[in-house]
Amino acid sequence: MLNQYYGDYFIVAVFIVMGAILVGAAVGMSKMIAPHAPGGLKDIAYESGIEPIAGGWNQSHIRYYIFALLFLIFDVEAVFIFPWAAQLGYFDSIGRGVFALVEMFIFIAILLLGLLFAIRKGVLKWE
Amino acid sequence: MSFLLELGIKVILMLAVVLTAALVTIYAELKAGSHMQTRIGPYYAGGKWGWAQPLADGAKFIQKEDLAPAKADRTVFGFAPYVVMMSTLAVFAVIPMGPDIVATNLDLGVYFILAISSLSVLGVLMAGWSSANKYSLIGGLRAAAQLIAYELPLVLAVVAVVVQAGTMSMNGIVEAQQATLFTIGGVEVALPYILSGQIIGFTIFMIAAVAELSRIPFDMPIAESELTMGYLTEYSGIRFTMFFLGEYASLVALSAIATTLYLGGYAVPFLPESMENFAGPGIFLIKVSFLVFLIIWIRWTWPRLREDQLQSMAWRWLIPLALFNIALISVFKVVL
Repeated sequence: MLNQYYGDYFIVAVFIVMGAILVGAAVGMSKMIAPHAPGGLKDIAYESGIEPIAGGWNQSHIRYYIFALLFLIFDVEAVFIFPWAAQLGYFDSIGRGVFALVEMFIFIAILLLGLLFAIRKGVLKWE
Repeated sequence: MSFLLELGIKVILMLAVVLTAALVTIYAELKAGSHMQTRIGPYYAGGKWGWAQPLADGAKFIQKEDLAPAKADRTVFGFAPYVVMMSTLAVFAVIPMGPDIVATNLDLGVYFILAISSLSVLGVLMAGWSSANKYSLIGGLRAAAQLIAYELPLVLAVVAVVVQAGTMSMNGIVEAQQATLFTIGGVEVALPYILSGQIIGFTIFMIAAVAELSRIPFDMPIAESELTMGYLTEYSGIRFTMFFLGEYASLVALSAIATTLYLGGYAVPFLPESMENFAGPGIFLIKVSFLVFLIIWIRWTWPRLREDQLQSMAWRWLIPLALFNIALISVFKVVL
C-alpha cells in the first residue's frame, strides 16, 4: 500500500525532472549551434530604443501586495474546503448531510463578509 | 512488465503527445488567426498549407544567440524557463486518456494539478524580476497579480466538481460522470458534468483558464502595445522558445483538465466500458481540441481588458459566483 503510494509520487517526480531535462537539452543543443558574441549594445536592457535611465530595479509601487494578502486568505480557505468537498457524499450517507452543509455555509459566509469588508474599504479600487 | 520499463514507456508517450499537441496548437493558432482576421498567415513552409511553420520557427530559434542583459541576474534569468516547463509537464502526469491510459492515478489528482500548476507563477515572476528591465518588472508584477487573482475562481470551480463527484482522483471524476443520472424507457442515461449541473462552474473555469494563460482578453502582462513583451522582453533564442512552448503546452493542459472535469474526459454516453481503453485517447483528444479551438477563437475575437477591470472581475464577480456555485451544488448533492 505504502509502496504504491511512493511509486505514484515517484512517477510525478520523474515527470518534473523530464521537464527540466527537456529545457536543458534544448538549451545545450542551442549552445552548440548558436553564435555567442556578447558585448556592445546587445548588453543594454531593451527599452524601445531609448537609452535606459537608471537600472531596471528601481523602486516601484507594488500595488498588488494587498491582492497577495487576500489571495493567501482565500487559498488557505480552499485547502480547508477540499476535504469537506470530497467527504460530503459520505456525510450524507450517514444522515449528517445537512449538518455538514450548514457548517460549511457558516465558513463561507464569514469569508464572504471578509471579501465584502475589503471591497467596502476600497482595497480593490485602483487609484 | 517491470515498473521501470512501464514508467519509461509512459514518460516517452506522454512527452510525445504533449509536445506534438503543443506544436499542433501553435500551428492551429497561426492558421485560425489568419483566417479569422483575413490575413495570409503561414503558407510556404513544408510545401502545403505551411504545415511545417512551428518546426521552422523552432529550428530558427535554436540557432539564435541566447542573450541576457549585462545587468541581469543570470542564474535566476536562466532558471526561469525550467520552472515554467517543469510545472507544466508535471500536470500531464495525472491526466487520464483512458481507464488505464494514465501515467499515475493519484488520489489527490485535481488537488495536485492545482498546486503544481500555480508554481509557474514563480517562473514568470523570476523572469520578470531577473531581467533588470522596467517592462519586464511591470509585466512580471502584473502577471503575478493576475495569476493569483484567477487562481481562486479556478480552485473554487473545481471544488464544486469535487463535491459532485465525491473524489479528487481524475479517473474517479471521469467514472463519476458515467453514473446513471436517470432512466428513460429502460435506457440508462449518464451525462457529463457540463450537462448535469456544472454549467456555471464550467464557465467560471474557462474564463479563469484564459486568464491563467495570460491570453487576450486577459493579456495585460505581455501587452505588446504597452510593455513590448512584458516579462519576456529580454528573452531571446532558445529560452524564449521554451517559454513559448510552455505556454502552449499549458493551453493544452488546461483544456485537458477542463475536458476531464466537465466534458466527461475519455468517455462518451452510451459507449460500452470495454471500448474505453481503445477509443478513449481519440475521444479525449477530440474534446481537448474543441476547447483549444474555443480559446484560440476568443483570442482573435476580443479586445483587451483594462488592468483594474481585470482585478475587479475576479474579486467582485467570479469569486462570489464560484462560492455561490459551491453552495448550489452541495445543496443539490444533499437534497437529491
